[in-house]
Amino acid sequence: MTDLLGYGCFFLTMALTYAVMCLGLNVQWGQTGVFNVGVAGFVAIGAYTSALLTTPEAAGRLGGFELPIVVGWIGAFVVAGVLSALVGWMTIRLRSDYLAITTFGFAVAIQLAALNLQGLTGGPFGVGFIPRPFNAYAGDPLAFGLSNLAVVAVLVVLVYAVLQQLTRSPWGRVLRAIREDETAAASLGKNPTRFRLQAFALGGAIMGLGGAVQAHFIGFIAPENYVPMLTFQVWAMLIVGGSGNNRGAILGAVLVWGIWALSAAFIDVVSPAGQQARAAALQIVVIGVLLCIILLLKPRGLIGELSTVSRHIGEAGASPDGLAAQSGPTETGTS
Amino acid sequence: MNPQALLDGLVAGSMIGLGAIGVTLTYSIMRFANFAHGEFISWGAYFALSAAAAFVSTFGIGAEPLGPFSFGWVLPVAGLLSVVLTALLALALDRILFRPLRRHNSAMIILVIASFGASIALRSLLEFVFTNAPRYYSDSLQISTPIFAGIRATPDQLLMLGTTAVLVVGVHLLLTYSGTGRQMRAVSENPALAEVAGIDVAKVVRMVWIFGGGLAAAAGIMSGLVVQIRPYMGFDLLLPLFAAAILGGIGSVPGAVVGGLFVGLCEAVTVQTVGAEWRQAVAFLILAAVLVLRPNGIFGKKA
Repeated sequence: MTDLLGYGCFFLTMALTYAVMCLGLNVQWGQTGVFNVGVAGFVAIGAYTSALLTTPEAAGRLGGFELPIVVGWIGAFVVAGVLSALVGWMTIRLRSDYLAITTFGFAVAIQLAALNLQGLTGGPFGVGFIPRPFNAYAGDPLAFGLSNLAVVAVLVVLVYAVLQQLTRSPWGRVLRAIREDETAAASLGKNPTRFRLQAFALGGAIMGLGGAVQAHFIGFIAPENYVPMLTFQVWAMLIVGGSGNNRGAILGAVLVWGIWALSAAFIDVVSPAGQQARAAALQIVVIGVLLCIILLLKPRGLIGELSTVSRHIGEAGASPDGLAAQSGPTETGTS
Repeated sequence: MNPQALLDGLVAGSMIGLGAIGVTLTYSIMRFANFAHGEFISWGAYFALSAAAAFVSTFGIGAEPLGPFSFGWVLPVAGLLSVVLTALLALALDRILFRPLRRHNSAMIILVIASFGASIALRSLLEFVFTNAPRYYSDSLQISTPIFAGIRATPDQLLMLGTTAVLVVGVHLLLTYSGTGRQMRAVSENPALAEVAGIDVAKVVRMVWIFGGGLAAAAGIMSGLVVQIRPYMGFDLLLPLFAAAILGGIGSVPGAVVGGLFVGLCEAVTVQTVGAEWRQAVAFLILAAVLVLRPNGIFGKKA
């Protein structure tokens, strides 16, 4: 029973760290329609920043500075936010699909940097000894698990509450207005580029925070944690839960992480020894197909955005092949 | 700097160029960045590998090296089959995923996410069937011979450069002078108007997938021949493909090839001067520079 409870804590804590990243992505994509395929890069920046600030001093790399965990988390939020603002400043004027390609490349570059800048990141061996909150309870797995879960849960509630407020605020309404019709928003005197940039930076900062929290929960980070697969997982979470809806983002994170963890456990049990790697590949196929099916059948996710018409469906004027409706440079950013 | 970088760059660049033609065509006709395009490269390589291996193990012939090359006559035959199969794979993916999404009139960016999902699923399927272990078309080793000013090349590499040149010129002439090519340009200019003018848009879309898938398969087979075959080979090329297509200007076939060669050469120079571990960053830097300085590319029209 205690084991099960302990596992439950572990599972939920992990899921909630993903929920933080997912909430960050929701600010960018769900609220503003800014397409970021580099989630893993921003998460990595947060994780490494916090690790650098809080770990004990290590030979062969910069730091660590042994600062309190809270400082690490704030640092992660700030650094990830500043770097997002920088990436955004360079690219946010571009068409949204160019932005997608650029952020994808950014994540690749960040992973390369994590792998090769040994003096900063520990290179392929990563960073260990990342302090965990409530390490004093580490002897009692249940108390340790519960206290960690409590910390992460409080954090998720906090981020959620702030984002809910922002969504309902004039600022949030401008974001949605820009997403739905950039020209109309601009004609009302709102500068779309500036608002998009703000949303992009805020979303990136929250992703960085999510990465930092996760790093402190696992206690060890390495470059291979931050591959495009992570980006894909967070995207799957947001699409499944319902983009544009903060509760949907959290629900999606718990649900997709649940499917992920259960199928991994299942594959571990049923696959013959030595074939686990292959079976794990099959698990990824299933998740990829699942995402495509949801996009096809339920594009708004489980709980879609409230009281607005989703931009994902129902734009008028379908032609036989669907191409004619997109004639001309209707995409955002070209005008 | 070693002049050898020139040849290495041309070889890598021609693979990127061939793949980028598909990216640039998909982009200009269907208006979305297809993240699954890299997987056509990998699937093409594995289709040829399986076909060649099946034939050799059934009939026991065809594997003896052909003249100076490392492979037997079975590989070109398997390669042609692979080009067809990969084109069919691209058509099938459009049929079950992209076309329904277009019909729902999904935002273009939904297609990009879907292609991202399809890319992960297709790649992991290869990983499941063939595992992560690198494969080769032939286990015979090739000695590179000096060809010009201290540059060395293997016969396979030279064959690859020649084949790429023939393919690129062929596709370019076809798209410039044939009716299909004109129809493609019309749809890329204005799909609604093209349709009103009686152009079968669905057929043009099919042609784009056939060209894109087939050329990607060719790139995959050649890449498998001169490097190795891995499930990630296409995905790792994705960023260079996008960089090449955008550098060359979306919709321009010669632009994609020139862009591909440029990215390949920059990568080779980086490997020589900075170090191989930073190779993957080159495409990103080129991409970022082009998008900031000249987002329409070298050969691109004003948006």
